Amino acid sequence: MGSSSSSLNNVPDGQQLMQETGFSAAHLLRLYERFKFLDKDNRGHLRSEDFEAVPELSENPIGDRIVGAFFLPGQETVDFSSFVRVLAHFRPTEKNRTRAGAQPEPANSRNRKLKFAFRLYDRDRDGKISRTELLQVLREMLGMQVTEEQLQSIADRAIQEADLDKDDAISFDEFRKSLEKVNIDHKMSIRFLE
Amino acid sequence: MSGEKMLLLGVTLLLLAAAGADPSGSAASLRGPLHASAPPLRLLPQPVPEYGAPGVASARSAAEATVGTGKEEREAAEQQHHGGGYRVVQWEWSYVQTPYIIAIWLLVASVAKILFHFSQRFTTVVPESCMLILLGLVLGGVVLLASKKQLYQLDPSLFFLFLLPTIVGDAGYFMPARLFFDNLGAILTYAVVGTLWNAFCTGFCLYAAKLLGIIDEQVKADLMDFLLFGALISAVDPVAVLAVFEEVHINEMLFIIVFGESLLNDAVTVVLYKVYISFVEVGVENVQTADYFKGVASFLIVSIGGTLVGLVFAVILGFITRFTKKVRIIEPLFVFLMVYLAYLTAELFSLSAILSMTFCGIGANKYVEANISQKSRTTVKYTMKTLASIAETIIFIFLGISAVDKSKWAWDTGLVSCTLVFIFVFRAAGVVGQTWVLNRFRLVPLDKIDQVVMSYGGLRGAVAFALVVLLDGERVKAKDYFVATTIVVVFFTVMFQGLTIKPLVKWLKVPRSTNSKPTINEEIHERAFDHILTAVEDIAGLQGYHHWRDKWEQFDKNYLSKLLLRKSVYRKSELWEAYQKINIRDAISVIDQGGNVLTSARLSLPSMASRASFPEVTNVTNYLRENGSGVCLDLQVIDNVSGSKVEEDMETHHVLAGNLYKPRRRYQSHYSRHFMPLGEKERQDREVFQRNMRSRMETFKSTRHKRHKKERSLKKVRTHILVLKNKM
Repeated sequence: MGSSSSSLNNVPDGQQLMQETGFSAAHLLRLYERFKFLDKDNRGHLRSEDFEAVPELSENPIGDRIVGAFFLPGQETVDFSSFVRVLAHFRPTEKNRTRAGAQPEPANSRNRKLKFAFRLYDRDRDGKISRTELLQVLREMLGMQVTEEQLQSIADRAIQEADLDKDDAISFDEFRKSLEKVNIDHKMSIRFLE
Repeated sequence: MSGEKMLLLGVTLLLLAAAGADPSGSAASLRGPLHASAPPLRLLPQPVPEYGAPGVASARSAAEATVGTGKEEREAAEQQHHGGGYRVVQWEWSYVQTPYIIAIWLLVASVAKILFHFSQRFTTVVPESCMLILLGLVLGGVVLLASKKQLYQLDPSLFFLFLLPTIVGDAGYFMPARLFFDNLGAILTYAVVGTLWNAFCTGFCLYAAKLLGIIDEQVKADLMDFLLFGALISAVDPVAVLAVFEEVHINEMLFIIVFGESLLNDAVTVVLYKVYISFVEVGVENVQTADYFKGVASFLIVSIGGTLVGLVFAVILGFITRFTKKVRIIEPLFVFLMVYLAYLTAELFSLSAILSMTFCGIGANKYVEANISQKSRTTVKYTMKTLASIAETIIFIFLGISAVDKSKWAWDTGLVSCTLVFIFVFRAAGVVGQTWVLNRFRLVPLDKIDQVVMSYGGLRGAVAFALVVLLDGERVKAKDYFVATTIVVVFFTVMFQGLTIKPLVKWLKVPRSTNSKPTINEEIHERAFDHILTAVEDIAGLQGYHHWRDKWEQFDKNYLSKLLLRKSVYRKSELWEAYQKINIRDAISVIDQGGNVLTSARLSLPSMASRASFPEVTNVTNYLRENGSGVCLDLQVIDNVSGSKVEEDMETHHVLAGNLYKPRRRYQSHYSRHFMPLGEKERQDREVFQRNMRSRMETFKSTRHKRHKKERSLKKVRTHILVLKNKM
């Protein structure tokens, strides 16, 4: 396998990514292997076709949204740094972090995780989840199982519950407030085992 | 202060009743049902001459009776003396004896529960289990004094065949499956590794203590005996954990870890116990290495076999409930029978019965709850909780009673003190060690406070006591010493730790259970998160927890649910069901606040302008009430929604129903053994009602926050009733 530090040199911006995202060298290496595996034509970046090649994603109701989250607005390709930065959102939160004031908020903080999820719903990036956007997500998740009317009821209720300033849409703060009882650290983290 | 007075008065009466009941019964542990075929007289400790009239003999034999029955005996004897003729009144004691005694004991246990709750101060400080044990001690003392010997004891076969399955069945069926499987790694580690660690360390150290002379020479036990004792004393007990933790309300994750551990360590305990018993019988010298391997193999068979038996029964149960549409009345019976059969079948094959029952409940719950009718759901829930509660009460009372019987135990200070120290020390050490390892794999690490609660929550209970009583006094010479030690350990954990765990939890600021109502947003987003995590795992090429969970969900949707769910249920979406539940709960709370919702809702329901439809609306209301209570882990708490409001609702309801209209009842009496009317009309009414409730949500949303202010809603209801009454 070789020592991890020497292999890390193969990873573009390896050291910097480690510091920025908090992944260990071993994790980063493994993700790079995966990146290269997905990048079948060896271009050095991923396109949406490469993502679609992942078999299970096609069965995922909101799979295309998640894939879309990897691409920065306006870009058609994903390079390794973006790939890792997005995945860094899903690292488990560390409980005792000593943060110097100037450091940016780490990618896997509760706030950042919520923001990631929020952006999945808010496709037009206007900072609010409108009723139509919510309906779209619900339709994707529930598909054939419920009628249009039932979807409307659920969406109505969801907005009524969360919408505090009565603008018929859910802003990020309202979104965060509606999920304050949920253990986000548990629900939005995965184990990146070696 | 009248609460305390009532309490004292009640306890005195209870004691009299208990003392009266015992001598008039024959000496029996509650093994009545098992020996029903044997003539009652056989259960008596001393031989009794038989008389013609059946009742007289047993009444006579319990001649130590001091209360009540003396006169009747004499009368009966006189009657007998007069010979022949027609007896107007007969004393048929032996005929009803067994069920009568059982019923009296159940009554004593239940009345005891009522009495405890008279005094608010007591119940907040002292956990119920404590008081039950104390009551048992007192009752045991009374019986001992009254009849000079111990008539009742916690009989192991009664315990294992009837009392324990009730509690475990209830716990397994209502186990929150998602939470359980999320933490399965931790639970399994603590259950297997932790119990083994505790058992071996305790056994070896006790043996060392004996060698060192701390334990007296009289305790004739060697290494195998101590290992056996260590095995049975080291298992965390599910009954005790439930009884103590349910009053503390710690957060769900911690509770599920401790409770899950107490359930899953059954396999370990069973295997260790059986293995060591066979070693003790054979003798230390004859144990070969092959036997050790057999022990390990036996553990795998017992645990996996037990689980498989449970899952098989779960599938059968789900499948059966798919076809019970025409026999709704006996649906709950299927549930009870299959869960109990899972337990008994595992016992039949010497597999782990608790594992079997737990996994049967967890596995079947999803499909059964979807298949059976709403009324059956309620029945199952209430019956299980009632039975489990009564079983728990009986267990603790009998624990108290059994402790008083001096003939069964022998005291050795060294053994007792050593055991107490060892189980604490090794429990704490084990928890710390395992948590350190687990935290490297867990998403949400367990911090120091969690570890303290887990160490402290390692309670021993009736299972250990039943196991120690089952020991063969001939083979295990130190049995009496072990019995005494077990009693002390169980009392200590249940009473001392039970008393102190509440202040400890408060002092440590352990996060408590939130007990909040689920919101639709949480449901939607949690589902979305599941999809997100699965996708991320797929993209990153990790075959993690979510990947496998998703695969299981696919398998379930495509094969299992098709097999086990009713066709009409199969199509429904879980999110929609969750939405309906939440909506209904809100509708109930809206009704709680202002009773006039009922009438105004009536007016706008399209098909319900006629007065004759009033009873249908009340049907919907009842449906709403039943559907509203949420899921909870507690044994005692059944209704989470209305709580104390229920009485007011009923009052409002009755007043409204009584004073407003006397409508012609369109529905005839529902009481029929074979036919439960439920159909399209009710469903339609529900849907319409819900749609209108939604539009009303706006109006009443502002008042929702005042839901918890009892006085306000009470006032509202009362003023409304007054208004109505004035209108008449």
